[in-house]
Amino acid sequence: MDPFTIARRDFLKTSGALVVTLSLPAAVTTALSQSAGGKPPLTPDQLDSWIAVLPNGNVTAYFGKMDMGQGVDVAIAQMVAEELDVAFERVEVVMGDTLLTCNQGGASGSTGIQFGGIALRNAAAEARRLLVERGAERLAVPADQLSVDNGVIMVTGNPRQKVTYGELIGGQYFQSTLDWNKRYGNPLAVKGKAQPKQPSEYKVVGKSFPQKIIAEKVMGRLQYITDVKVEGMLHARVIRPPTAGCGPVSVDESSIKSIPGARAVRVKEFIAVVAPREWDAVRAAEMLKVTWAPPCTPFPTMETLHDHIRKAKSIGGETPINKGDVEAALKGAHRVIEAEYEWPLQSHASMGPACAIADIKSDSGMLFTGSQKPHYGRNGCSKLTGVPLEKMHAKWIPGPGSYGRNDAGDASHDAALISKLVGRPVRLQYMRHDGTAWDPKGPAGVYRARAGLDAEGNVIAYDFFAKGFSRQDVSQIENDPKDTLAGQLTGYAPKATILFQTPAEKYEFANKRCGWECVGPLLDRVSPLRTGHFRDPLGAETHFASESFIDEIAHGTGADPVEFRLKYLKDPRHVAIVKAAADKAGWTPRSNPDRGKGDDMTGRGFSYTERNGTLVAVVCEVEVNRKTGRVWAKKFTVAHDCGQIINPAGLRIVIEGNVLQATSRTLFEEVQFDADRVKSVDWATYPILEIADAPQAIDIVLINRPEVAPSGGGEPSTRTVPAAIANAIFDATGVRLRKVPLTPQRMKEALRA
Amino acid sequence: MKVNLVVNGKHATVDADPAMPLLYALRDDLGLNNPKFGCGRAQCGACTVHVNGVPTRSCVTPVGSTAGKNVTTMSGLGTAEKPHPVQAAFIAEQVPQCGYCLNGWVMTAAALLRDNPTPSDAQIRTALAGLKCRCGTHMAILRAVKRAVTMIA
Repeated sequence: MDPFTIARRDFLKTSGALVVTLSLPAAVTTALSQSAGGKPPLTPDQLDSWIAVLPNGNVTAYFGKMDMGQGVDVAIAQMVAEELDVAFERVEVVMGDTLLTCNQGGASGSTGIQFGGIALRNAAAEARRLLVERGAERLAVPADQLSVDNGVIMVTGNPRQKVTYGELIGGQYFQSTLDWNKRYGNPLAVKGKAQPKQPSEYKVVGKSFPQKIIAEKVMGRLQYITDVKVEGMLHARVIRPPTAGCGPVSVDESSIKSIPGARAVRVKEFIAVVAPREWDAVRAAEMLKVTWAPPCTPFPTMETLHDHIRKAKSIGGETPINKGDVEAALKGAHRVIEAEYEWPLQSHASMGPACAIADIKSDSGMLFTGSQKPHYGRNGCSKLTGVPLEKMHAKWIPGPGSYGRNDAGDASHDAALISKLVGRPVRLQYMRHDGTAWDPKGPAGVYRARAGLDAEGNVIAYDFFAKGFSRQDVSQIENDPKDTLAGQLTGYAPKATILFQTPAEKYEFANKRCGWECVGPLLDRVSPLRTGHFRDPLGAETHFASESFIDEIAHGTGADPVEFRLKYLKDPRHVAIVKAAADKAGWTPRSNPDRGKGDDMTGRGFSYTERNGTLVAVVCEVEVNRKTGRVWAKKFTVAHDCGQIINPAGLRIVIEGNVLQATSRTLFEEVQFDADRVKSVDWATYPILEIADAPQAIDIVLINRPEVAPSGGGEPSTRTVPAAIANAIFDATGVRLRKVPLTPQRMKEALRA
Repeated sequence: MKVNLVVNGKHATVDADPAMPLLYALRDDLGLNNPKFGCGRAQCGACTVHVNGVPTRSCVTPVGSTAGKNVTTMSGLGTAEKPHPVQAAFIAEQVPQCGYCLNGWVMTAAALLRDNPTPSDAQIRTALAGLKCRCGTHMAILRAVKRAVTMIA
């Protein structure tokens, strides 16, 4: 449920005093202050929950997801402008405020356009229908004799007979309802009586528009979550256990008495310091003496992590694909190819550690958060602090990058708890080690694959089995304190959801089985190695294994990797994506290259994947240095099909980001730990890709299918990259690396072996 | 202790522990929010400012050491009407995603192009070593710096 009782206008009246440096967009204020008639509740079945027309005819769209920097809000504005027939520049998108937007699930699963945008498209189409209906009444002309151009309704053939959107409804509510499927979050769907436009009618969708906010960022003017200041606020820092599994025995507050105004707060195992000045809070966190016990060693060593996964008891699993009789086919096979792959624990390592600002009073609460799920964060903070849900207001402010359930989901709850404890507004800024060591980690896993071949080299059996930590030791939404550090440190027992994944592809092998099992968390209490969603959760991990293995089968049968894939793919879109990447890269079958005698060996690799309707194929060209083991992913060719494209230039930029981040994860990233703690605490201990390692070029082929509903672009190209690199390394060197990250050390060792 | 310095062309006085990093003085005492706290360990560049023209990690620079010096932040590099060529190029190339890392790239690139207006691709990559971008905008950064080179020429 997602109830609201605070009227938007009441919110405007009461929140002004609290917020020093923030205000609502002027457009919103104007729309709401001039509204006449009763304000409809902020529920998805109200058109006014989605679209407002201002007196000047400009449009505000209320988006219940948000943009993490990739520009999805630009695409939303395009979709709304298209359906309403107003210029793109006249649409403003408001995001991430729980008093102004319905809970569409926040940023989640690359569904910003796929689900979030469709709701806005339907609402905008309905708004246009109602406006034209009103225009018909005003002009006394049947609606079918009217056309709309940039918010001006005019009589066809007599453009001087006209009325504008602003004249018809500007500043007032529509007071009209939509059909709503009664769901919140990603599945939320609404539809009016109006049919959205046919793609052939599009004027705005499918064209490239820039992000206006980028100028604000580049000129240093954008306010980030870390820049929010609230009257009377204290600066806070948290004190995490130095070793995993221990808790505080005593806190010696006299250890920080020399710092003006500094104090420690503690509830059960949760400890924080606050001070009026930020630098004093930093010093207090360093100086506070805490006695911790007991010493314990809950983790395996890094070297034995994957053995731990192999041996650990399964806590649950599934075999979602089980076609034919794989075991029988394997028994009867002429030859069996087997391989096993390993993926490490990885950190979101967002560009800055999380920050949140909270003001929790006895009967109301205000939360500023950088989390990509502010509606859920509001719910969780309400439960944690006891502030009634309808009195808890959360507002998302752009933060230092977000790629899933990162540390921002914890910071909001920490800030709310500290504010409640000290009775003052609190700005909590994590330090780097809080962000890197304590964010929920992308899960490690072991992937085993087998293929049975007949005498002619045809694949007659395919068996893929994944085993690893759940992608949800903590939920992807911070809806409940049990899924946050503040909750777990104050008595909420963690409870993992058992969830993993199998490869997303359409290879038509006669006998095919894909399954997974999860192993339990390494620690059954608050843990720096708990796992959670990280950019394309389990996508990079799973498809590193599955698409490496396809390459191994192709090589094992003497087939070209592209020809091999095309032999087993029948779905035309899947065939097309493979061909598109191969054609663009100029791929032609050839035997292993002459590796030459120089230091650098070169090679190329192929990979293809699906993700919730989006298809991606990648060709990677690498250079591998014989002496240093350095792998340079020198060039990528990416073919991308996400159905209808809303903003091609925006999509290209997003794909580039995915390719770079996935390259970083493949070549460099692994959380360091030992038996009692996480040792990755900063960029020196959790290195990521630097610009020296950026490719020379990324060629992108966008396949636009205007007639196919748009699917996501925010993540899918992440999962295709790791195997493309590994397969290129094999092509270059004849050596197969099956353990990520593909570090120079591992490369050198493999070349020597 | 009172520290006098010049920030974005204006005289400023900060009354603080001289060991406090310049970053906190800029953000908390002078209200200049645009340099960001990224790591506090000079490993990422999100806090980069120019101190007497030199790209400097303000998160590890004691404010006391900047007495009498000229500090320029990214917001002081150019104006809305006249952005620095590097800023104009970053906007034209639509570089940032989250944008939290920008101070490092923009301030370092601006200093590079001042000292070497026609750098090669390799020189650009070398000059920008040590900076982090978690969203993976490196390709756009390289395009933007090259665009800025043509704008300066």
